[in-house]
Amino acid sequence: MNWNEVAQPVLQTRGLSCLRDEQPLFELVDFTLDAGQLLLIEGENGVGKTTLLRALLGLAPLEVDSLEFDGQSWPGCMGQIRRLGRWLGHASALKPELTIAENWRFWAALEDLTLSNAELLAFGVRLKLQGFEDARVGTLSAGQKKRAQLARLLFGTSKLWLLDEPFANLDRPGIALIESLMQTFLQAGGAVIATSHGVLSFSGPHTTLVLRHASL
Amino acid sequence: MNKAFIASLRRELTLRIRQPAAALYPAAFAVLVALLIGFAVGANSNALSLIAPAALFIAMLLAVFLALEQMFAGDVSDGTLDALVCAEHALLSVLYGKALGFWLSSCATLLLALPVLMVLLKLSPDLAPLICLSLTLASLSLSFLGLAGAALTARLSAQEGAGVGGAMLLLLLILPQAVPVLIFALGAVQAAVIGESPKSALYFLAALSAVYVTFAPFAARLALRAS
Repeated sequence: MNWNEVAQPVLQTRGLSCLRDEQPLFELVDFTLDAGQLLLIEGENGVGKTTLLRALLGLAPLEVDSLEFDGQSWPGCMGQIRRLGRWLGHASALKPELTIAENWRFWAALEDLTLSNAELLAFGVRLKLQGFEDARVGTLSAGQKKRAQLARLLFGTSKLWLLDEPFANLDRPGIALIESLMQTFLQAGGAVIATSHGVLSFSGPHTTLVLRHASL
Repeated sequence: MNKAFIASLRRELTLRIRQPAAALYPAAFAVLVALLIGFAVGANSNALSLIAPAALFIAMLLAVFLALEQMFAGDVSDGTLDALVCAEHALLSVLYGKALGFWLSSCATLLLALPVLMVLLKLSPDLAPLICLSLTLASLSLSFLGLAGAALTARLSAQEGAGVGGAMLLLLLILPQAVPVLIFALGAVQAAVIGESPKSALYFLAALSAVYVTFAPFAARLALRAS
């Protein structure tokens, strides 16, 4: 599938805010995300960066004037975002009692895929986890877990990645790994929204959205 | 659809096998309850033979309740639940697999404990096949019923400061639905004790199981999406 042919923006929103206890969390934001574009969300702790990502997937309450994803408008597009979006949070969604291979096979099955042994090894090489495929996730380091978690981005067809603090716990080669995965995805016409504390900046081209606390 | 179901079932069973202590805990709990009832009533009195089937099924019911709370607990804390809710096309299959896996493991361990329970409560060995059947159907109902209840309270239990709130609410929610299961499961055994046919009670129990197995995963999916 060649997403470059799609002229319209992947995600476009106006007057978006997230609610906590019925109160808006941050000032209304508008943004447009085109195919191949990386949007970086910055802001103080507690301003709602993670909540914004969760809200886009329907995991947190959301208020918008308009929201369009992939040519469909709100609220009908929420299902489409969940289908074509991939979410990577602080929690790894990996079972510590299972091996990397078992975790991956489960997540692949949810996308209706069956991973062959060769594919599994290829993912291991790509994520720099060769030799650890049959290690239980509970025995891995935080950085290795993060890498294992990345596989979920790569299963099935996706159009939008929502990454919450993608660089947390990663060493330099790990950061380079995520950047190269994002590069490949963006070049294929995907779009990425990532949160960041601004300590580490992305080396590639990106736009930045700064969230500010809503004045009550 | 099928791939997700099989993957979910396999994952659930693998998780149980990798944590044998957690899997055997409910059965051990049932044995303890039966043991205490045996001591409390006194082994020599006639009372024990009167209440033995009831004590057995209450012990089993409590054991299943105890395990239910764990159904989503790990999934909430490690982020699996968020990812599952996002995979909405596969969610229903995953839930079916999860409930079935829970039933297979909890029912299997309870059946393993059954001989011990029957000895403790001085139940006649002739009743064993009927109790097995009745217990299998009852635990099937409770597993699926519990899936819906656990889905509804999953995030509540995990919230910090909520403490046992979620677990308590789960019990309150499913207890009313569990009562008919208990009545018919026990009814079958008690009918056999007084020499009547247990068939009608078993039919009711099977019908209840069919209803819960059919509808509970849909209710669970709805609950997870709304939370």
